Amino acid sequence: MIMRDLIWIFVGACLINNFTLSYFLGICPFMGVSSRISTAFRLGLATIFVMVITSLCASFLNAFILPHAPYLQVISFIVVIASTVQFVEMVIKKLSPALFRALGIFLPLITTNCAILALALFQTSKEYTLIQGLAFALGAGSGFTLALVLMAGLREELELSTIPGVIKGTALNMIIAGLLSLAFMGFAGLFSGAA
Amino acid sequence: MADSGSSNPLMLGSQQQAGGGSVDPDRMYREFAKGIWKENPVFVQVLGMCPMLAVTNSAINAVAMGAATAFVLVFSSIFVSLLRSFIPKQVRISTYIIIIATFVTVADMALKAAFPVVHKDLGAFISLIVVNCIILGRQEAFASRNRPLYAVADAIGMSIGFAFALLCLGATREILGSGTLFKYPIMGSNFQPWVIMILPPGGFLMLGMILLVFNWAGQTRAKRRHRADGEANAGGEVGSAS
Repeated sequence: MIMRDLIWIFVGACLINNFTLSYFLGICPFMGVSSRISTAFRLGLATIFVMVITSLCASFLNAFILPHAPYLQVISFIVVIASTVQFVEMVIKKLSPALFRALGIFLPLITTNCAILALALFQTSKEYTLIQGLAFALGAGSGFTLALVLMAGLREELELSTIPGVIKGTALNMIIAGLLSLAFMGFAGLFSGAA
Repeated sequence: MADSGSSNPLMLGSQQQAGGGSVDPDRMYREFAKGIWKENPVFVQVLGMCPMLAVTNSAINAVAMGAATAFVLVFSSIFVSLLRSFIPKQVRISTYIIIIATFVTVADMALKAAFPVVHKDLGAFISLIVVNCIILGRQEAFASRNRPLYAVADAIGMSIGFAFALLCLGATREILGSGTLFKYPIMGSNFQPWVIMILPPGGFLMLGMILLVFNWAGQTRAKRRHRADGEANAGGEVGSAS
């Protein structure tokens, strides 16, 4: 029963309420880093990792600190995220300099990815336990990676076709994202089917 | 984007180091006006997309979001600008984020007390103003290099530009998606609402369309200017030859 619950949290965060395509979170990296599949995938993995650590930290903050000082919520979450990203950056630099170079500027930019702060806030408002929070973080991260990789795949194909000059760039990316989001709306039926 | 000058949004804005001396009203006006149209944060710099798309399914939400963002942007700009010579360069981003987060908490609590319904509609997106790249971008590119008065002018201009963009998208989506504007029915009883417009895909599609119109307008203007320049040059050559 618990296992099933966790799987639904994962699927819900990954497909049905995909962070990027139905909550519009993390649009900046979604538009900025989605021109190559390989970079998109690596950034996705780094984001999943940061999300999992953030989820753990948010659970601890919710349990021990925030009951005493609820007004510190936003500030404490953002400080935790910023230091986690800094920490991850140092670890990756030490363990795998090659990966560090490949990720480049995108690694520090994870701090300003709103999907991560939103993860901590949603987890708090839904009152998830530690384990549920982890499933939620993994689902949200995988959903973000999936959307990023799909978008990168489409954009790699688009480079080979001729596009009218006026629609090139962000306008076209937005319209493609709209179509992707339309496709993801189909997953909404999953929940009612299961119930 | 059509405008090649916008390729690096963080470097937009004046670069002058602030010195002493009096306030120049012309410059105040320039800093204020650029955010509304010429360097509009959404349409030209393409920043702040997340709140832009997420809260614009009705015009009221768009206005509330615009007002909350304006409050945070103006007050953090004042503080960053006042503290600009005390903030060490290495930790400046974290400092800005903590200043911004403080004002976001204030805005969040004020909105919750004054307009609980709107606060519920906007949900987590008020707290997410912290990671709105427009705000951090203005602190880094402008407020940390300029005097408080100019920083306020710049912040107010950018806020109006952002609110204008939010309202454009919010009003269009509400009219097409529910047939109303600020909850007043305006499309008549025979109107069949495009429900897709108030759902997530509608946000992406509509913003894509608006950016398309902006690109098209920019290109047409550039072409016309190019042609006018060409004619002027040709006329000058003819004139010098005769």
